[in-house]
Amino acid sequence: MFEAIAFYLFAFLTIVMFSVTVFTKQALYALTALAAGMIFISAFYFLLGADFLGAVQIIVYTGAVMALYAFGMMFFDTTRNVKEYGRSPQIIFLLSGMIALLIVIIFVVPIVSENITAIYPVIEGVGNSQAVGMVLFTKYLIPFEVAAVMLLVAMIAGIVLAGKKMDYSLTLMEDEEIKLAEESKEKALS
Amino acid sequence: MDIAFLIETVVKIVVILLVFSALAGFGTYFERKVLAFMQRRLGPMHVGPYGLLQIAADGIKLFTKEDIVPQNVVGPIFKIAPVITAATAFMAAAAIPFMPSFTMFGYEVHPILADINIGILYILGVMGIGLYGPLLGGLASANKWALISTARAASIFISYEVITGLALLAPLMMVGSLSLIDFNNYQVGGIASWIVWSQPVAFVLFVIAGFAETGRTPFHLVANDHEIIDGFGTEYSGMRWGLFFIGEYANMFFISFVIAILFLGGYGDGSGLGALALLAKVSFIFFFFLWTRAAWPDVRPDQLMWLCWKVLMPIAVINIVITGIVMMF
Repeated sequence: MFEAIAFYLFAFLTIVMFSVTVFTKQALYALTALAAGMIFISAFYFLLGADFLGAVQIIVYTGAVMALYAFGMMFFDTTRNVKEYGRSPQIIFLLSGMIALLIVIIFVVPIVSENITAIYPVIEGVGNSQAVGMVLFTKYLIPFEVAAVMLLVAMIAGIVLAGKKMDYSLTLMEDEEIKLAEESKEKALS
Repeated sequence: MDIAFLIETVVKIVVILLVFSALAGFGTYFERKVLAFMQRRLGPMHVGPYGLLQIAADGIKLFTKEDIVPQNVVGPIFKIAPVITAATAFMAAAAIPFMPSFTMFGYEVHPILADINIGILYILGVMGIGLYGPLLGGLASANKWALISTARAASIFISYEVITGLALLAPLMMVGSLSLIDFNNYQVGGIASWIVWSQPVAFVLFVIAGFAETGRTPFHLVANDHEIIDGFGTEYSGMRWGLFFIGEYANMFFISFVIAILFLGGYGDGSGLGALALLAKVSFIFFFFLWTRAAWPDVRPDQLMWLCWKVLMPIAVINIVITGIVMMF
């Protein structure tokens, strides 16, 4: 009974939160609702006994949404409404509605036809994180390593793109040095 | 799920909430006294004997102060931000074993709310959410100081989460479990088997990251009084501000428990002496937080980032590699 109550409570909360994310015109409301929705999703993992994934969901998405906040801070005045330009709301509504319907069908069909079997059933007496590790390092070793290489590539690209002026810190420079640097930049531009 | 379990859980929740809310109050008193003695002052002396009732006076002041929601703030977010800080601090306590299990009236009590087998991950994750309090409070405040403090909170969070995780990885590899109780049982053989001796680097890194995560001096950048007033708390008054305070001090207590259990042997073999030893360790780590505040200046934000990415992270990665090599051979 507790599981059912918890499931419906968190299902309701998650849907409300993501609806707020989509419908509001306030960047701050949208981001906060997104973060709350992501954290409420972790409740489903806990309910299903996947503690490890639940905790990882919390850690990863709080960090990720935090980065979105940083962007929101740079691009908007977060205390004001954002003006949205939508050329044709009908097309947006149709497309998003279709995608939502498709996703529901994709997930409901196997449940209705009762064709679901666990390929890797939970092994008794093995902890949650160990179970994830066993699947990750045997069956899915290559996708796992490829993902690691992709992240490494992204990191190196980020360093190359952002690291052009790494040895140049405005905080550590004297006022005259900053002026000189600006003048030389202006000369180079003109 | 039987009724006894439900009642036991509810009682535990109430006890943890009451004890640590009160301790947060006492924490402010201790902080003022310790800082005062280190600066050759007396600290609070006038209210009650030796200033002990200062906590009550502060409490009355916070509770009865007018609750102001300034113009131009984003109301709901502004109001919920302090609650997030306080609530997540106490949520993190759910996976901390505060004491060894003991028998009371013929009933075995485990002083931990939920012994989930990923305890430490859960604690770090929920403590991470705690930083949403300063972040949201600052963003919703429509105040420039608050916005600067928000930017700092976001950068500290994103950087120091990395250090915490990497520092923990090496001891985790040794223990082979994410449960705090397993960590405690690993170190049951007395002082010589504490993880701090085999993983001193991880210990230092974790403590530094703990300072960053709780926002204590020398990483007190989110509310640095002498440059950005009170940062995210500038626009807050009364009990809303008080909730930020309770959250901060409760977080300090809980991170002290986590450090003591992870690295300093926890409650040892589970005897009464072990429980007292755990309390002594936690008190010392809490005192260490205050001591550092009295002895160290604050660092600049760019120094903080430099320290995180160019010093601590490489050290943490090297520590993991060395631990792995030693464990393999």
